[in-house]
Amino acid sequence: MLKVKDLHAFYGKSHILQGVSFEVGKGEIVSLLGRNGVGRSTTVNAIMGDVDRTGSIVFNGEEIAGLDAYQISRKGLAIVLENRSVFPALSVRENLILGVKDMRKVGRWKIEDMFEMFPSLARRADVPAGALSGGEQQMLVMCRALMGDPDLIMVDEPTEGLAPKVVEQVADLLTEIAKRGISILLIEQKLTIALKISARIYVMGHGRIVYQGTSSDFENNKQVRKDWLEV
Amino acid sequence: MFETIIFSLLNGLVYGLLLFLLSSGLTLIFSMMGVLNLAHAGFYMLSAYFAYSISIHLGFWYGLLFAPLIVGFIGAMVERYGLRKVHKFGHVPELIFTFGVAFLLEELVQFVWGRNQLAYNKPEILEGSLFTLFGADFPIYKMFMLIVSVVIFIILLSVLKYTRTGLIIRAAVGHPNVVGMLGHNVPLIFMVTFGVGTALAGIAGAIAGPVLGTYPGMASGLGGIMFVVVIFGGLGSLGGAFIASLMIGLIQTFAIAIDASLSDVFLLMDIVITEQTFMYDIWVTSLSQVAPLIPYLMMVVMLIFRPAGLMGARES
Ligand SMILES: Nc1ncnc2c1ncn2[C@@H]1O[C@H](COP(=O)(O)OP(=O)(O)OP(=O)(O)O)[C@@H](O)[C@H]1O
Ligand SMILES: [Mg+2]
Repeated sequence: MLKVKDLHAFYGKSHILQGVSFEVGKGEIVSLLGRNGVGRSTTVNAIMGDVDRTGSIVFNGEEIAGLDAYQISRKGLAIVLENRSVFPALSVRENLILGVKDMRKVGRWKIEDMFEMFPSLARRADVPAGALSGGEQQMLVMCRALMGDPDLIMVDEPTEGLAPKVVEQVADLLTEIAKRGISILLIEQKLTIALKISARIYVMGHGRIVYQGTSSDFENNKQVRKDWLEV
Repeated sequence: MFETIIFSLLNGLVYGLLLFLLSSGLTLIFSMMGVLNLAHAGFYMLSAYFAYSISIHLGFWYGLLFAPLIVGFIGAMVERYGLRKVHKFGHVPELIFTFGVAFLLEELVQFVWGRNQLAYNKPEILEGSLFTLFGADFPIYKMFMLIVSVVIFIILLSVLKYTRTGLIIRAAVGHPNVVGMLGHNVPLIFMVTFGVGTALAGIAGAIAGPVLGTYPGMASGLGGIMFVVVIFGGLGSLGGAFIASLMIGLIQTFAIAIDASLSDVFLLMDIVITEQTFMYDIWVTSLSQVAPLIPYLMMVVMLIFRPAGLMGARES
């Protein structure tokens, strides 16, 4: 489904990603782990075309490395950014509507589904999104991405700074997304969540992939955790 | 006194709304692309010239219709084939690019139409006065300017508020990359916004040309005030630009109408100013003489106390 090969990314003169390669299969949940600042966000942002990059990115059998963000999104690749990028001045409903790329197409998800899953969003449908709590904003940006009916969704640290109960909600939503056959590339600090829902794990260190394996293999591999994750 | 207030109010409104027509495009472009388009007033001027040329062949109304459309199209092309290419090099090259375009437009206008003021005239039907109050006339043309500005303002607001395109534009203000990642064609939105923004300036030029004069200095004449409006109102804020436009329009026309100086104030306190008084020139300078300075003064004061402007949102 998504095949990234030898991805290099640059912020101005700093060469952040130095040959990242990985794959996400159809309907698969894959986690991308690593310490702070190793380049996980840069990886997904570069795939979306928001960071200067070279290398090959094949999605659904098509090379997308030269495309603009909106073209990539229209091919069915969605991203949920790290910083909960709601449109703060627009209402919850408007935020969700903006997730729809083509009003004439009916996707897997409707606005009513979102409101049913998250009654708190329904109650605050006409409130500016900037007034929501961090957890609600996280749900909103995830739902907004789903409104675009993606085949693969890349989610960057969705549980950062959230209360345990809300973290659980996020995990449930991710599981629900996967159930509907949508692939997920998850960037997560909380190992328990990553291990619970993903089949395979990649670990990044210093701008490249340093480990890949199944979740159970990763769980038994103390060395990797010590070398590349624990601080 | 009463008629001074009424007329200043109306004139201030006309001038203020004209400023808004100009600054709305500028602020929309800025809030979306982060580019302060220094050529904006140049497009305003170019449109007045186009409107003049069209008007002498086809009449005023065709000029009013086509000049803004042509200028809007040129604006869109400048974005598509110029600004978009420069964009990846950062904001300073973009700024220099728009400065270059401004310069080019000024030279172009002089090259094609010469250095003198053109006889771009109002149509006959808009000549004359609408009503006479206390012996003073209020011209029909000013009412026409007022109506055009208000209509454009209402259209702009409705499109932004009630259409899907408007929603995408409002979202793209400040967060264009997020909008792009949701699958909306941001480069196209940029181009259209730039085109519409310059077309708005074009409308301002086409209706202002006959009253403010169509000459090579008209861009710099209003351009400065336009930047004051945008900075005073808060860069990127349409609402702020609207309030600032009206404020500056009103304050300036009232200042011109009030022919008082500080010496008159002193006179009320029984202090008589004569030519021998220290700094005589300052005390007898009338408010109407310093009127052109007031907007700039307002901007400086605003920048000192509230750098983001009246309603500025965008930090960077
Ligand atoms: N906009 C930017 N300009 C310059 N350098 C950046 C920028 N964003 C990130 N970097 C640098 O790129 C490197 C990778 O950052 P990235 O955000 O991808 O890390 P990360 O793995 O997502 O970690 P975390 O999210 O915990 O900070 C870091 O060294 C960071 O300083
Ligand atoms: Mg990150």
